Amino acid sequence: MTTTATFSRYADLPALIGLMEGDEKHNGASNSTLDVLWVLYDRVLDVTPGTAEDPARDRFLLSKGHGPAAFYAVLAAKGFLDVTTLRGWTSFDSPLGHHPDRVLVPGAEIGSGSLGHGLPLALGTALGLRAQGIRKPDGTGPRVVVLVGDGELDEGSNHEAIAAAARLGSDNLTVVVIDNASASHGWPGGIGRRFEVEGWETREVGGRDHDALHDAFTRTRTGRPLAVIARVRNGN
Amino acid sequence: MRDTFAATVNAALDDDPRAAVVLAAISAGMFRRSAVRHPGRVIDLGIREQAMIGVAGGLALTGMRPIVHSYAPFLIERPFEQIKISLAHQDVGAILVSIGASYDASEEGRTHQAPGDVTLLDTLPGWTVHVPGHPDEVRDMLRQAIPGDDRVYLRLSGTTNRAPLPVGPRLNVLRTGSPRSAGVVVAVGPMLDRTLEATADLDVTVAHTTTVRPFDREGLSALTAAAGNADVLLVEPYLRGTSAHEVSEALSDRRHRQRSLGVARDTELRAYGTPAEHARAHGLDTEGIAKAARDFFLV
Repeated sequence: MTTTATFSRYADLPALIGLMEGDEKHNGASNSTLDVLWVLYDRVLDVTPGTAEDPARDRFLLSKGHGPAAFYAVLAAKGFLDVTTLRGWTSFDSPLGHHPDRVLVPGAEIGSGSLGHGLPLALGTALGLRAQGIRKPDGTGPRVVVLVGDGELDEGSNHEAIAAAARLGSDNLTVVVIDNASASHGWPGGIGRRFEVEGWETREVGGRDHDALHDAFTRTRTGRPLAVIARVRNGN
Repeated sequence: MRDTFAATVNAALDDDPRAAVVLAAISAGMFRRSAVRHPGRVIDLGIREQAMIGVAGGLALTGMRPIVHSYAPFLIERPFEQIKISLAHQDVGAILVSIGASYDASEEGRTHQAPGDVTLLDTLPGWTVHVPGHPDEVRDMLRQAIPGDDRVYLRLSGTTNRAPLPVGPRLNVLRTGSPRSAGVVVAVGPMLDRTLEATADLDVTVAHTTTVRPFDREGLSALTAAAGNADVLLVEPYLRGTSAHEVSEALSDRRHRQRSLGVARDTELRAYGTPAEHARAHGLDTEGIAKAARDFFLV
């Protein structure tokens, strides 16, 4: 049995994160994304290590690049990364830093860490796939999913992309907002309203509820870009 | 130059399925016909420059060749971190094409002027920077750049030379001084004609380039070795001294002198008027260049 098979389950993710952070040092930023990442890679995204270069693969863009241990753990569990690579993260020779670099990390679609870059990149990716007419064998177009934090939404660059996306007809774009109430001034009236008024479909779910997340990501769409607001309490 | 840019890019949209144009309202009318002919390949984000660069990065991640265009301050300065992170750090390319240059928009004031654009890009590795001096050069540069996947900046200007020169990475020699000559003058892009005129009565070698990054250090080293003195006068249409470190590197193996002409660094010119008046204020008109050349070459 290979190590990949050994560490390929949801239940293995804490152990994988432990290889990086040590068992006692899981931080909220990495944990807040854990269940969303797992559901996406386990049940939603049509991408594997074997199709990681396929033009028709689904794309996941981690915009909220800080606290990437959960992301690396899921990539390792799904075979994009060797489990042994997790040891020694952030050391000079490791491809894994506190912010992911797409040039170094197999399976990472973008390098991120400076907040507010992922959503415009995701919009461009969605527009590029559509302009080229790229299709999967079943005739459907690949989807682009980008993860942002509710604090990250403070960055104005996100709002430029939110405003443009629906009007440009980017129905292949999904934003998942990890809402752990970390925005300095909050989002009165809810995060979803910022998307709704710009023509997005929005769905709000518990960020730990795998079935609810799966349903929010995969339920029949309405031809608009989709925002999934995943509520998470830090450390919960 | 803007018309040539639009015509060349519109033709490329017809011929090359990778080509895409990304805009923030500026010049959108020049691509309206292509937007109809090529759905999804002319993307006008409205006045959203951060998204403009980010979207270009995303297009490039899918294998497309984004051509991004706006006024220089809105293309380079406002979304500079997007240029650094959403293009360069992702290791994807784009062709950025600016208008306005340093003071084409003299009547508009400081908000529409970007004499520091090349200096800013120079803080990032891997950019090719072209400063055309004639519309024909714009066409040739775009035709060379569009099939690639690297990071290219084209800095268009309303100031032009009378005739186009071949586009390439090397310095073109326009006039060769004697073995006892006073040194070498390097004119960048649209500064050529006035530099030739300003130095007509000096025994100097005059070279010209439209590609400032990467800079032809080897060419400058050879020209300087053949001149009577290792003295270099640099005439650039943007921030004074932008390429001074390139000259230093090129001549680091010998004692040399150098002087840079360009847009003043020490003060913000708070005046409107014409581009010609701004050139005069910065010492970039023929008279100013001639005076600086006489002073520098000690004649």
